[in-house]
Parts: sequence; C-alpha cells; structure tokens
Amino acid sequence: MTVVALRPKAKTMADAAPKNVIDVKDLSLVFQTNDGPVNALSNINLEVGGGEFVSFIGPSGCGKTTLLRVIADLEQPTSGSISVNGMTPSEARQKRAYGYVFQAAALYPWRTIAGNISLPLEVMGIPKAERKDRIARNLDLVNLSGFEKKFPWQLSGGMQQRASIARSLSFDPHLLLMDEPFGALDEIVRDHLNEELLKLWAKTQKTVVFVTHSIPEAVFLSTKIVVMSPRPGRIHEIIDCTLGSERTLDIRESPEFLEIAHRVREGLRHGHSYDAAHL
Amino acid sequence: MNRSPLAILAFLLAAVSLVLPTGADGSGILLVSAPAILFAAAAVALFVAPSMAALIALLVLVHIGAFCLIGALSSFAPTGPSSGYWCLVVAAWLLAWLAVQRLASLRFRSPDIQRLANLALPVLFGAWLLILWEITVRGFSVPTILLPPPSMIAARIASSVPTLWADFQQTFLKAAIAGYAIGCGSGFLAAIVVDRVPFLRKGLLPIGNLVAALPVVGIAPIMVMWFGSYWESKAAVVVIMTFFPMLVNTVAGLAASGAMERDLMRTYGASYFQTLLKLRLPAAMPFIFNALKINSTLALIGAIVAEFFGSPIVGMGFRISMEVGRMNVDMVWAEIFVAALAGSLSYGLITLIERAVTFWHPSYRT
Repeated sequence: MTVVALRPKAKTMADAAPKNVIDVKDLSLVFQTNDGPVNALSNINLEVGGGEFVSFIGPSGCGKTTLLRVIADLEQPTSGSISVNGMTPSEARQKRAYGYVFQAAALYPWRTIAGNISLPLEVMGIPKAERKDRIARNLDLVNLSGFEKKFPWQLSGGMQQRASIARSLSFDPHLLLMDEPFGALDEIVRDHLNEELLKLWAKTQKTVVFVTHSIPEAVFLSTKIVVMSPRPGRIHEIIDCTLGSERTLDIRESPEFLEIAHRVREGLRHGHSYDAAHL
Repeated sequence: MNRSPLAILAFLLAAVSLVLPTGADGSGILLVSAPAILFAAAAVALFVAPSMAALIALLVLVHIGAFCLIGALSSFAPTGPSSGYWCLVVAAWLLAWLAVQRLASLRFRSPDIQRLANLALPVLFGAWLLILWEITVRGFSVPTILLPPPSMIAARIASSVPTLWADFQQTFLKAAIAGYAIGCGSGFLAAIVVDRVPFLRKGLLPIGNLVAALPVVGIAPIMVMWFGSYWESKAAVVVIMTFFPMLVNTVAGLAASGAMERDLMRTYGASYFQTLLKLRLPAAMPFIFNALKINSTLALIGAIVAEFFGSPIVGMGFRISMEVGRMNVDMVWAEIFVAALAGSLSYGLITLIERAVTFWHPSYRT
C-alpha cells in the first residue's frame, strides 16, 4: 500500500523538477568594459546530473570562473537560460542550494575556525545546539578536529582551505561549486587534498562543479571534463572520464589516465589554448 | 668591563668640579656630597661588570646625586651657581643617560619584568626631563612667568585640587565626553546611511569636508550664542570637530572588506544587515578605532579652546585664559598637566580596547 501511496507523489516530484541539477542553454555573457564589449561566455550548453563531478578546464580568460559565478548567481548572463535545481540561479541562491569554495579560503580573521564554519549557519538561523553539532561533524569530515579554537591566520594554507570546504558543507547543500580551490597550494598539499576531496565526494554523494587549470587534477577528480577555450569563452569539448570510483594517486600513472589526459590536452590545443597569441 | 665614554666623561667632569667654584655661599652638606655620590656612580659604571645589581646601584646613586644637586639650589647667592655646579649637573645627566641606555639594551626572560623595564624607560626619560627643567630654570633664575619650575607647578596642583577637579569635571567629564560620544555616534550612523544611499556619498561627503575645515575659533562663539555659555555649547563644538573624522573613517572602513568575502555572504543569501553585522562592521573596526583615537585628542582641544569664548566661572579653558591674565602661570601649567594626563589616559584606554577588538588585525596578531 505504501508503495502505491508514494507513487503519485514521486511522479509529481519528477514532473516538477528536471533530472539535471544544472541546465544551461545557449547562455552568453558580455562584459561592458572601457575597451568595448568582451564576450566572456558565448553559446554555452551544459547539463550536470545529480552526483556528478564536473570539471571546467581551460586557460585564463576562457570564462570557466565566470560560468561558475553565473551558476552561483554572482554574475548575470546577457542571454540564454540557466536553471539550478530547477530554479533560477537567484532562487537557488536564496534557498541556499549550493556551497561555494573560493580560490582563497576567505575565512574571516576575527572568527575562530569553529566560528567561521558557524557563519553560514548563523546567517541561515540554525539554532545554537545544532550549529555546535554540525561544526564538529564537518571539521571531522575535513580532518580538522581539535582546531576549533584556532584563528585562521594560525593555520597553514592547506588547513585554511580545508576549513573553507568544511564551511561550505556545513549547511549541507547538495551542490558544491569550487573555483580553483587548491590553485594557491603547493603540489604535495594539493595531491593530498585532491584525494581527500574524492573521499568526501564518495561519502556525501554531492554534485560537484570544479574549476581548475590543471589537467591531472581534472582527470583525477572528474566524471566529466568540460574543456573550454578563450576569446570568446566557450565550451570546446566535453570528455567523459571513466576511471571508476576507486581512485588513488597511483592511478595517474595508468594508461587509461594518460589517455584521457592526452584527450584533454588535444582538446585544449584544438581550442587554440596553446596559441602564442593568446598566452 | 664596559668602559663607556659617557662614564669616563662623567668621571672627569666630577673631578673638574672639585677645583672650579660652585658659587655657593657656604659649603652645605648637599653640595659636598653631590660630587662624592657622582664619583661613586661613575666608578660603578666604569669598574663593576655590567649586571642587574650594578645597573640598579647606578640608577640609585645617580638619582641621589640629582636630589642633592636640586637640594643645593637654595644655598646659592643671588648670582646663582657657577661652573663647578654645572659640571656636576652634566656629569649626573651623562650617567643617567648611560643607565637608561643599559636598561634599554637589557633583555629579560620573564615577560612581566620585561614589561616593567619597558615601562621604566619612559618614566626615567620623563623624570630627567623634569630634573633638568627644575635645575635649569632655578639655576639660571628664569622668571617664573616665562617658565615656572616643576616643583612650583606640583605645589600649585597639590594646593588647588578642588579647583582643578571642578574644572576637569566641567570641561572633560561634561563637555568633552558628551561631545565625543555624540560626535562619534552620529558620525558612525551617518556613515552607515551614506554607505547605504549612494547619492549621499557624492552629496554629503563634500559638505562634510567643508564642515571639517571650519576653524574652531570661528564656530565656538557661534555655538555659545546658540547653546548658551554652559557646557552644552562646548559639547557642540566637540561634536562638529569629531563628526567628520568618524564619518570618513567609517565610510572607508565599510568599503574595506574584500570582494570575495562579500560574495561569500551573497552565496549564503545573507540580508543587508547580516552582511553589515557579520562582515562589514568587523572589517571596519581598525578604521573606526583610528577615528576614535584621533577624536579623543580633538575633543579635549575643542572643549578647552571653546571655553575661551564665553563660559561660566569654571572649566579648564576658562581657568587658563583667566590665570594667564592674572600672571598666575603656575596655575596655567597645572591645567595643562591635567589636560595632558587626561588626554593620554583616554588615548591609552581606547588603544587597549582597540587591541582587544581588532586582535585579528595583522599589526596585532600574536
């Protein structure tokens, strides 16, 4: 009986919400600058399904960060349509549909690590007892238990970025938008955090959109790699990354990995990313 | 062994003083013991290995020597002391210099003692300023109307505590503090409004600039006409003086938070007030405290100067302008002392609060 009772509900849900977490159709964005209009994004079409790990890769100026900011409602597209969780980006932002991780940790220096993770929860009006619970849980998730009372400037760059990931996860959004989160870190710390991020992703089943300019990072993390090219910023190619779910750092020497990395590099080359005029 | 040229010179000066005339009527006990004590101090500086005990002995001896020299001042003929006495003064000064130099170069393990030593340095400096002031003014018989010796100012302070307190209450506790609170508070609120309403930034800030350029001596008589001669008019002058620094600093502070930090609040769907309270005001605190510190000095100046243009028969500015007219310069100096003390204490208090609030700022991080 329960099954029967649930069915109509499940069906209406499916009707109301599209299957994709992110749907972008014919989206363009033109910045008006003093030197005339700049086509930051041109004719973008993209679908991101639930639970996917999608990377945007491309050289500087290809619009990968701008596209992420459009999804987050931090930039407004000039034309085309975009939906996040079946809503406009603005509605999705107001409903706290996503967590955003910036290039820098952007932790507030006057708050402790626990205070920083508590910040979105305070903004969203979550009661104190539950805040405490969530801070502990998310610090544990990024292996920062015991650092609650430290201030951001007392921690290393890698730890700061982990705290910022814990902060973006604290209100449990289903979608995680990450803008070159490890770009400023050295390679050893970066490898380590990439591994941790994969474990986190497997554990939490979130949808992740990840901006990077590192080919190995994109191949190692993603289920789908969006290769972008500059002037105007556009999607050149979308490559599926079928390395399976059990990934360790060793995988990066495997032929499959190198094959996909090669395809990404070829994609970037055909998108004129390596042209001297653009560098 | 530390043969400092300062100590050698002090030793020689003390020796020379023995053969030069001191200018004294008789040979008082103080004038006889001064060279002996300074010899002892120079010997400690020259021949005892530098240590904490030697430094303390040096400090004690130098100050006993200075005490003897000041005490001896009353034993001179009307012509005043002559070369032998001045040799001793210079010797004492050199030895004090040396002692302060050694104290400054010492490093202590215990942070408490280090803090005490750090405190002792400005205290010694101030003490020697007063000692040399006293000796010079009295030794050269400078007219007290030009510059009274510190001892005379101290005696005046001691004998007129009730008057000084009443003046302090009138000028500082009423006019300056009320004006400071209203000026800073309204400047702060105006800054938030200016920040929220863009056209005000373009319209109000230039006018605020104009108000800040108004001279105190010009506004004060007008404020007296508007608000009467009691402390309210002085508070009004202080409000005008403190409003603008707070406005400008807070507006700058509200713009100090980074774009990324603000985007972060946006991704949380935070309201304007949430962003203001949780991000922009904390980020603005270093700027706001800057204004609070500037204004603490301005408030005292404004309150004192405003009293020159009409006031009841009480107040620091009133007392200064009246006692100058009556040639009671020692009372003027007593008021100046009270004003300087109150000014530095309030500045220090604000700095302490600043450290507690903006502990996270790179200039205070530990």
